[in-house]
Formats: sequence, structure tokens, C-alpha cells
Amino acid sequence: MLSRDQVLHVARLARLELSDEEQQRMSEELSKVLDHIEKIGELGDLDDVEPTAHVTAVENALRADEPRPSLPAEVALASAPESDMGGFRVPSPGPAPA
Amino acid sequence: MNEALSVTAAEAAARIRAGELDAAELWHRYRERAAADDCNAFTWVASDGDPPQVAHDAPLAGVPVAVKDLFCTEGVPSQAGSRILEGYRPPYTATCVAALAGAGAPLLAKTNQDEFAMGSSTENSAFGPTLNPWDRARVPGGSSGGSAAAVAAGSSPWAIGTDTGGSIRQPAALCGIVGLKPTYGAISRYGMIAFASSLDQCGPLTRDVTDAALLLGAMAGRDPCDSTSVGLPGPVELPGRGDLRGVRLGVPAELTGEGIEPGVLASFNATLDLARELGATVEPCRLPHSPHALSAYYLIAPAEASSNLARYDGVRYGLRADGAADLLAMYTRTRDQGFGAEVKRRIMLGTYALSSGYYDAYYGRAQKVRTLISADFKAAWERFDFIATPTAPSVAFELGAKTADPLAMYLNDACTVPMSLAGIPGISIPSGLSDGLPVGFQLAGPAFSENALLDAAFALERAIGFEAAPWRGEAAEAPADGEDPGRSEARGA
Repeated sequence: MLSRDQVLHVARLARLELSDEEQQRMSEELSKVLDHIEKIGELGDLDDVEPTAHVTAVENALRADEPRPSLPAEVALASAPESDMGGFRVPSPGPAPA
Repeated sequence: MNEALSVTAAEAAARIRAGELDAAELWHRYRERAAADDCNAFTWVASDGDPPQVAHDAPLAGVPVAVKDLFCTEGVPSQAGSRILEGYRPPYTATCVAALAGAGAPLLAKTNQDEFAMGSSTENSAFGPTLNPWDRARVPGGSSGGSAAAVAAGSSPWAIGTDTGGSIRQPAALCGIVGLKPTYGAISRYGMIAFASSLDQCGPLTRDVTDAALLLGAMAGRDPCDSTSVGLPGPVELPGRGDLRGVRLGVPAELTGEGIEPGVLASFNATLDLARELGATVEPCRLPHSPHALSAYYLIAPAEASSNLARYDGVRYGLRADGAADLLAMYTRTRDQGFGAEVKRRIMLGTYALSSGYYDAYYGRAQKVRTLISADFKAAWERFDFIATPTAPSVAFELGAKTADPLAMYLNDACTVPMSLAGIPGISIPSGLSDGLPVGFQLAGPAFSENALLDAAFALERAIGFEAAPWRGEAAEAPADGEDPGRSEARGA
């Protein structure tokens, strides 16, 4: 069972603001899904099994480090909710910590 | 429906090349049909202007294509079914979409989908659910439900979608069309809005296997912009096999028993009988770890998603919530307003699985289970050429039937997720009807076996002879009372 406190902690990590109602629902729904998922515990000791992060045999795919044309700044900024002086404008992060 | 629209894309291309059909006329007819769609299959349809110019000798001859919303298309809304990207018009086009245009398949429309491809019913779209053209009270499957519905309704000659855990194969099954998930890495993911990067793969949704081969051939290849793309070992050949002599089919007990609807199982077994008649050997096999595939998938995919979706922060594109006092409040409020319930659920699940103290027990363990699942398939390939399963455990279900129970929705993916985790190709072809609704038959093969897989699917397709399609009988199926259940809800876009 995922407690409301755990839900709030994870929501903070995920940068999600959840309403009270969402927190309650998330706690119930995620607990049910986790109950199912935890069946992988039944497989016992997997210490000798290598994890798979990637399925194809590609190891490194490097290209020559040469300058190429890229998106012009004004095009990259065109979809921004707010831009200024050639950059993305955001609200202040708040006062610097003391 | 106009006769030119009743033929497959391959046939239309052949007619254009022979001078029997005008590409511009085909474009206009499909554009009109797409604009008149009543299944909410589309999020954008090309405007009624001049058709794009296509070179006379282009391999796809000007037969237009519908593309899932999550593919970036320059200057055309690309929203991944999400409020957080509403109205977003990217400054560039996905490699695979550009490849299709270059091969002579111009962009006809963008198709509806579950938000960020998270779902199995296309009910998680911010732009309203897509309806199944076989029965508008039912879902088309998902997450590429708009692409599947568009092809089944005859509103697009063919379409592309993405498959992370079944999102091409399952909607193809529920809409009675062909859907192919290629080997991971066969097609570039550049410009494909990411869900779970180690699993996401683009593929075709088509009327038949030949059309799927044509689209695959036009898209497969290595792309310098996607370092995980490897292409295919050789050119994609047009399938033409008439029998299955010498082909060994394995039928895994774990994916063909419990949880599969009787009508689906009956159609599956009848198709196995046809395979035997075509000369295949059909024998039971084991994929002993596949019952754990769903658990591993629902840890790995959300974990990758939680990381991929961190980019939606209201800074560079998409939605930004108004009135936040500081940067952190702007992030959290934007994400609360922009993401739907299922996306939040998966971000939460993935963040939890990756968080300190839980990583080893969840994400780390799931990656080990992934190794075991791949090993199951590798062992199977020593005895079999292909694995056969039903594509989905049921036929299309009613709208709303599973929205209140996330786990019930996830169980739809039980037969498709093992192949996704192993990165191997799988194709769904229609095998018949159960209660008047289409059933999908899945064939999966070793990595990079696409040519052989398409050939075997082609032989089976011919033997099955599945001809039913909603667009064939549309005059007879107009609702008598003029009311279309679920339709008003679906017009949210």
C-alpha cells in the first residue's frame, strides 16, 4: 500500500502538483497496480542475471565531431510561451537560499 | 465509396503508375473522406488546396498517408494527444515521415492517440476518444487507435503508428486491419515524441500485409539523428509466399490460455488449422517468464516515461500555467494542468520505481526479468521459426468499460508486451470475427526476420481471406435513428 505521504513525496520528485482528490485516487490506484507488479518477486534470487537496458547489439554510435548547421535561435524560440533577448523567459526561481 | 478508394494502397500505387488513376484525384477523395470522418480518428486533416507534388517515379506513387499525432511534422500540429502540447507546431519533421514523403506518400492527416501513447483504448486523448468504425460504441484499441480506425474506416489508405507494448498490434487487431511492430531499431525514432525510449518503435497500420511491407521498406534505415537506429540487414521484399511448408510455429501455453476470450481463442485455433493446411508444423512451446512480462513492462516503460516527460516544464514549448509566483510553482502547475490522469499515473509509477530505496527492487529487477524474457525467445528460436498468439485477449470493448480500472486496461497488453521487451518484430493480421467484431492473430519472429515474417503473414492472410471492413458496408450501416452513441463526447477536438 502506497501511503498519502509516499504519494506526496513521489509527486514532489516528479514535479507534479496533485489535488487532494488526485492524491487519494493515486494512492489507491498505484497500490493496486504495484500489488500486481510485485509478482516479479516470485522469481526469487536474480543475482546472476544481467540487466537489459537495451536490446540491440549497438554499443557506441559516434559521428565525426564537426560543426553542422542547426536550428536558428529564432526558430527554436518560436514555440516558447515567453522569450526575451534570444533566450527562454521564466518566472524567478525565488530568492537565493541564505 | 468511390472505387478508387476500395483498393489497397499498393494497388492504388500500381494504378497511378500505369496511368489508370490520377494521384491528385486520389488525394482529393481521401482528403474529403478524412475531413468527413465521424470516428474522431484525426487531430488534423490537410487543407483543401493543391495536392503535394509527387515525383512520377516515386515508389509510393503519391498514395497519401495518415500519421500518428506524436510524430513531429514541421508546421503541422504535433500534440501527442496531450493538452500540454496543444497547438504545438514543431520546427522539424520526423525522419520516418520525411522518408515517406520522399518515397511519394504525402501527409494526409494526423491521427488521434492515447496521450503520449499511454493507453490501450485511445480514450486517454486530450482531444476525446476515437470510436471503433466497426461499432461506434466501442474503442478502437490503442494507443495508435486513430491510425487503426482511419484505415478500417477507409478514411486513409494506410497509416503509421508507434508500438511500445502493443500500441500498433492491438488497435490493428481490434479494428480488423494489419499492424506491424518492426524490430527495435529498424526505423528511426528521431522526431517521434518519446514515451519509453528502449521500447518505442514506429510501424505501419494497413489494409493488408503487402501494404505493410511497402511502408516498412520506405521507412527502415539507419539515421544519424537516432544513434539507436540500425535499419534492416537487407531491402524489404514484397511478400509472395503461397504456403508455409517447412515453417515451424510455436504456440506458447502462457499466452494462449487463461484470460483469452473464448471467441478469440476459437479464431486463433482455426487459424492454426489453416497454417497446418498450408504445410506448417504447429507445436506447443514455453515462454516460462512471459507471465512476468507485464509487470516488468509496467516498471520499465513508466520509469523511462517519467524521465522522458520531464521535458514538459512550460519553458520551451507547449502549455505554461498562468500566475505561478515562482519557477517551481510554474513547473508543477503546468504539469498538473497539462497532463491527463493516465500520464500522471505513469509518471508517478515510474518516479517511484526509480526512487532511492526502491530502484533495485523495482526497476533493477524489471531489467533482469527483461533479460529472462529475451532468453525465453532465444531458446524458442532453436525449435521454431515463429511464435503465434492471439494479438489481444478480447475483441474491441465498450467505451468506458476499463477506464476506471487501470490494471484491467493494462492486461490488454499481455500478449504483445513480451515481444516489445525482447525487441523482436510482431505482426497482427485479422483472423476472423467473434460476435461480429474482428480478432487479431499475432506472429512474432527473431530480430530482423521481417522479410520471413511478412511472407508467412502473407500466406496466412491469403488462406484466411478476411474481406470484411467497415468501409465496404457503410451504406447499410448508417444509424437508423441518426443518433450515434458516444459521438457527442468524441467531438471534443
